[in-house]
Amino acid sequence: MFGYALRRLVLAIPLLIGITLISFVVIHLAPGEPTEFGTGDTPIQSDKEVRERLIQMYGLDKPLHVQYWTWLTRLIQLDFGRSFSPDARPVLQKIGERLPVTLLLNIIEMMIIVALAIPIGVLSATRQYSTFDKVTTVFVFVGFATPDFWLALMLMILFGVQLEWLPISGLRLPTWEYLSFWRQQWDFVSHLILPILVATFGGLAGFSRYMRQSMLEVIRQDYIQSARAKGLPERAVIAKHALRNALLPIVTVLGLSLPGLIGGSVIVESIFAIPGMGQLMVQAVFERDYPVIMGNLVIVAVLTLVANLIADLTYSLVDPRIRVAARRGRR
Amino acid sequence: MKAFWRAFRRNRLALIGGVIVVCLGMLAVLAPTLVRWDPNRLDVKKILDAPSQTHPLGTDQLGRDVLSRMLYGARVSLAVGFVSVGIAALIGIALGSLAGYHGGTMDAMVMRLVDLMLVFPRFFLLLAVLAFLRPSIWTIMTVIGLTGWMSVARLVRAEFLSLKEREFVLWSQSIGASAFRIIWRHILPNAMGPVLVAMTLGIPSAILTESGLSFLGLGVQPPHATWGNILNEGKDAIEIGWWLSVYPGLAILVTVLSYNLLGEGIRDALDPRLRQSVGRIVSRRR
Repeated sequence: MFGYALRRLVLAIPLLIGITLISFVVIHLAPGEPTEFGTGDTPIQSDKEVRERLIQMYGLDKPLHVQYWTWLTRLIQLDFGRSFSPDARPVLQKIGERLPVTLLLNIIEMMIIVALAIPIGVLSATRQYSTFDKVTTVFVFVGFATPDFWLALMLMILFGVQLEWLPISGLRLPTWEYLSFWRQQWDFVSHLILPILVATFGGLAGFSRYMRQSMLEVIRQDYIQSARAKGLPERAVIAKHALRNALLPIVTVLGLSLPGLIGGSVIVESIFAIPGMGQLMVQAVFERDYPVIMGNLVIVAVLTLVANLIADLTYSLVDPRIRVAARRGRR
Repeated sequence: MKAFWRAFRRNRLALIGGVIVVCLGMLAVLAPTLVRWDPNRLDVKKILDAPSQTHPLGTDQLGRDVLSRMLYGARVSLAVGFVSVGIAALIGIALGSLAGYHGGTMDAMVMRLVDLMLVFPRFFLLLAVLAFLRPSIWTIMTVIGLTGWMSVARLVRAEFLSLKEREFVLWSQSIGASAFRIIWRHILPNAMGPVLVAMTLGIPSAILTESGLSFLGLGVQPPHATWGNILNEGKDAIEIGWWLSVYPGLAILVTVLSYNLLGEGIRDALDPRLRQSVGRIVSRRR
């Protein structure tokens, strides 16, 4: 196990370097034509000024290898520079405030998706072509096709505007401080309901599909036949023999789908005005706050890398076959 | 081909998807002759009119006809879908066939690049790139294409890995055909099926991405009408003009749904065994 973990860690190093390289390439789009978004709410700095600050900050007037070296050494020291916006705070501090919110949202989403998708997938696989299976298949297709921002708007119209049941923006009421303890908790939860509903919708469709597929494959295996043949009740066959094996690929899929979930938080956070990394990113793009944009990009990529690594290691922990295969030299 | 058609025809949902896809394409192409109102014509007397006989889907904050704008938006959405998937397919086929055919170091490098691109959440990467560029419809297409080629590359590589061991390839190699010729003339035509499926399934994902970006105000810029743009404007009038938010979203939903049904139909008809591999690799969103 230890050897396998070490190997995965070593393999992650080129990816880390790659992340710094790709983000370095992105910076180099800069001296061409800087953006001009007409819709920004904040006063936009002149092209020239922004360009000069960029050249100064990333040393864009120096030779390429010097530039990259400067970029790399700053990254290693976690120095993303200071924000271009008027408050000029360190980028790391700005992101640090936002990160917990996005992580919290994504972890809750992940838990809900897993908790619902597994039973849905198992049920529709064990009762293939039943009404339940057909209904979930329709749900899956519609779920895949529904734009999350549109779903968010529809839910806002229904629950926020028409019924006035739920708040539609932010994480807290302006009067939050004056509420009692329990009202405060409810206030926080009620602000989270709509965003999480929207964010889980698409993911749930995908996961229940995977789970169904994985379960269908396992059920056809010989060892399931033999479990049945030795007279085990169907419940035990499904719950003990089939489910465990069907869950294995899901761990990997979970890790792979993480960038998608995090990426989705850009839209969800922007619509519901939730102060997370996604919203910060969109604001930074409008304000042309390049240090914040680059910081966000690098940190999000590294986070995904770490999450994938964890998923990989978990997979090898639950499925010894992977470790053995890796030792034999085929990955 | 005949067998394919027979299998495809039996799949009613895919057939419906295909018909809708064709209809949408025709609506988009014929949009200029179909609309009753210029999509950019302002009318101060008709600000936020509810759907009526003259304006079947109502008007927006500037008094523009929503139906006309949506028809023109279909042109943008479909164009973005096709062009960006075309770009993605070109890159994916080139890199995937090189990796699959040559194997070894080349393969390792391409696959690491794929892994690397997949580490970046697509929306963050898109936004970071767009922050530096002037947002036109061309930049949007290019950027979506450049961040969406990985699934095609993986697929083509997988096909090549199995095809290159086949007799007809070994035979061409033995008579001294060049690598380029073998890849282009012999292997690629046999690998096109899955690629076609991946492209059909890639179009809706590109359309979703474009409309998401336009919805944030970072995609195709006004006054160009796109479904995402109309929704973005609709968001501000959410309490008065529900029609501004409801219809463009429905249009996206129906389009994406039809393309997905069509794509899955083609896949199942081509080869039911593909169901897993293509589905696994392709159906990741964003």
